[in-house]
Amino acid sequence: MAQDAGLSKLETIVMSAIVYAGSAQFSAIAILAQGGGAGAAIAAAALMNSRFLPMGVALAPSLRGGPLKRGLQGQAVVDASWALAARPDGSFDLRLLFGSSAAQYVTWVSGTAIGALWGGALGDPKELGLDALFPAFFVALLLNEARSGRARGVAALGALIALLLVPVAPAGVPVLVASFAALVGLTRRAREAVLESQEAEGEAR
Amino acid sequence: MSTGATVIAGCALVTFAIKAAGPVALGGRELPIWFTSVVVLLAPALLAALVATQALADGDEIAIGADTAGVAAGGLVAWRTGSIVACVLLAPAVTAALRAL
Repeated sequence: MAQDAGLSKLETIVMSAIVYAGSAQFSAIAILAQGGGAGAAIAAAALMNSRFLPMGVALAPSLRGGPLKRGLQGQAVVDASWALAARPDGSFDLRLLFGSSAAQYVTWVSGTAIGALWGGALGDPKELGLDALFPAFFVALLLNEARSGRARGVAALGALIALLLVPVAPAGVPVLVASFAALVGLTRRAREAVLESQEAEGEAR
Repeated sequence: MSTGATVIAGCALVTFAIKAAGPVALGGRELPIWFTSVVVLLAPALLAALVATQALADGDEIAIGADTAGVAAGGLVAWRTGSIVACVLLAPAVTAALRAL
């Protein structure tokens, strides 16, 4: 696909190695393939990646060290490892985050290399149903994550916002705007629930 | 620079900046209760939005297809058994089987 857009095999592999954000790479390349310019391609990638902003905000309180160290640690965020490392109390399992991101990085770069060099020889990933793998994984994590009624309500609201925006907004924006569903947490009852769970945790120690 | 190299460098820079922003601006300190209360709910909101945009849409249009059924089957198994592994194995299998029909 990248080569249809005019990228060389080497450029395709380098892109995976230094950008490491699959959906952003795909959207940038789709724009190039449609004849769009470099500016439009980069803008599409930025919009697609905008969901990493709220993910980074959520992760921030779990990170230690100076701003430079935290900024570098933030680079480990990709959808699957971020979701896997998220604990129901809002904190993050950093070892799980870095471990799963490192494993995915190796897979992603080597997968790109295989695709770029021998892509024609492989079957269509859609025929194997692989496009259902990530959403299924996220469903399983969501079931684990959304234990309270409030969390389930926010999940439903987030999905609704995203679906309403899909036909009208550029790719990436629906997921970003869906994060605003979490503002339900500003209500007094949601804050009291967090206080109670923190106090319960404090007593347990 | 060629268009390809410009796009790669540009994408690398904006991705780095977006991923660094939250941790640099907000990390390493205790945050107020209202903030924690929102952060706790970010995961369900974002996960549900990712599921919706990947399983119920195709590009910029709403699309119910074999992948929707596969994800639903996987979700059902995850809900009944709690097994993430069974879920991610079943979903592509159901999707591929429906497409092969």
